[in-house]
Amino acid sequence: MLKVQIRKRLQATDSPAFSLDVTETFAPGFTVLFGPSGAGKSTLLDCIAGLLVPDEGHISLEGEALFDAERGLSVPASQRKTAYVFQSLALFPHLSAEENVAYGLSGVSATERTERITGILSTFHIEGMRKRKPRELSGGEKQRVALARSLVTRPRVLLLDEPLTGLDSGLRQSILQDLREWNAANRIPIVYVTHNREEVDAIGERVVALIDGRVQESGLPRNVLDAPRAAELAQAAGFENLLWARVTEHREKDGVMHVELAGAKCGLEVPLGSVRPGQEVQVAIRAGDILLATEAPRALSARNLLPGIVESLATMGALVVVEVRAGVRFTVHVTSGAARSLQLAPGREVWVVLKTYSCHIVTRQ
Amino acid sequence: MNLDAILLSLKLAGIVSVLLLVIALPLAYWLAFTKWRGKFLLESVVALPLVLPPTVIGFYALIAMGPRGPLGRVWQSLFGRSLAFSFAGLVLASLLYSFPFAVQPLVASFESLDRRLLDASAVLGAGRLRTFTRVIVPLSWPGLVTAAVLSFAHTLGEFGVVLMVGGNLPGVTRTASIDIYDRVQALDYNGAHQMALLLLMIAFAVLSIVYGVNRRVWSPWTAR
Repeated sequence: MLKVQIRKRLQATDSPAFSLDVTETFAPGFTVLFGPSGAGKSTLLDCIAGLLVPDEGHISLEGEALFDAERGLSVPASQRKTAYVFQSLALFPHLSAEENVAYGLSGVSATERTERITGILSTFHIEGMRKRKPRELSGGEKQRVALARSLVTRPRVLLLDEPLTGLDSGLRQSILQDLREWNAANRIPIVYVTHNREEVDAIGERVVALIDGRVQESGLPRNVLDAPRAAELAQAAGFENLLWARVTEHREKDGVMHVELAGAKCGLEVPLGSVRPGQEVQVAIRAGDILLATEAPRALSARNLLPGIVESLATMGALVVVEVRAGVRFTVHVTSGAARSLQLAPGREVWVVLKTYSCHIVTRQ
Repeated sequence: MNLDAILLSLKLAGIVSVLLLVIALPLAYWLAFTKWRGKFLLESVVALPLVLPPTVIGFYALIAMGPRGPLGRVWQSLFGRSLAFSFAGLVLASLLYSFPFAVQPLVASFESLDRRLLDASAVLGAGRLRTFTRVIVPLSWPGLVTAAVLSFAHTLGEFGVVLMVGGNLPGVTRTASIDIYDRVQALDYNGAHQMALLLLMIAFAVLSIVYGVNRRVWSPWTAR
């Protein structure tokens, strides 16, 4: 169990003052630390690892204090037995994969060292890379070497700062699987930082959402990220549409309310929230949750139908990103097959179809 | 050609560059990584010999090393000999003279290191000394070569400082550049020419090493 309760002010010369204020407990197993860039995720990891010293508070691991501002205690990074895989991985460029892995084992006997290295290399399937320098390794292999180097030291907590960015999802899944297997045998807390929604889903365990240096929400990914309550979180969680609106009417018995979109004379029916009529809110809608129709649909359960005109189309892989002006501008994701069969093109008249529960009310902080 | 003078210059430059590396490594480490706000003061002191006329350095060195100077007195009581006008005195003055040429390349190369590598080393349990020897020094070798070579070359070419504190004792303090000066004074242009050409070639070779190393073409771990 890793317990953190810290405050840290950072004053960089070229940016406004930033303060991190986090109270959180990390149990053995994965915890995803999610948030937009600049939220303080890496700063928090640096504080846990001992690379930064917080201004106030305490950090303890298995009941043992690593940092305690009141007692003036701060265990040096080199003695915390934490493992930290940086975003840049920071493999030593002048050492081979095996030497990199052996780096943290200086106090271990030669026989045990060989044994442990062989074990960890096989866990991460990189036995064949022993003699290679980091520049001779592929992206995925580098990530595996960095993980192996950190874990071979038998750490008490593992900090991962976006360690799998830039890998395709297949490779990511296979490395995550190796990591899960390792964690099943070594029950330590793993703090996994990412701002990538896909990675959150791939891990699928507890999420702590960090925004502006504070824990905004925590819980299961579907609770925290599928219905975000803060605009910054919605943006980070991949809600492409974030629209300003004013609440016009409550319909408590239907469990819905009506809002009017700012800059447009059109209303939406959205789930009832704890916002009074007249108040300003933001509505977050995923581009993939919006339907397009080329004729006015009838007999449909979706409650929101807005007439609009296609402004532009852009193909991204199998996906087509359609910009539609329907009072306000909506970003819609459709498959390329759908775009073909609907003959979507700039200027085409369409209907934007929105389910009530695809609209998430986000309030300003 | 005055082989004695050449050999003396090479010996002086060799000793000075080795000593300078030993002194400059910890100082450069401190300068590169300290968070002390007054660091700029020390940086200015280190850079002083770059802008001071060598005669000024030589003058103060001479006063310090003279029989009534603080250094001179300590030396006299320890070894029973005068420090000024000796080879040891020449080494001391040259250390001052070439100091920035050893420190600055080291600071520059330490500062250009990826800090995350040092963090990684710390998190993996390495103390400062281990991080220094296993990560910082191996990754800064172009800086080390540059520091060594530049202090060697700079010491080899010094004139004003040697003239002030060394005098002109054959085999003891008469270095190549002094010898050239003497020859020109004596209208021995031929002799001066030979010595001057040799120094020119050494300087060129040395600078080629510095620029070659800093292209990092031979570096075993950077991609071409």
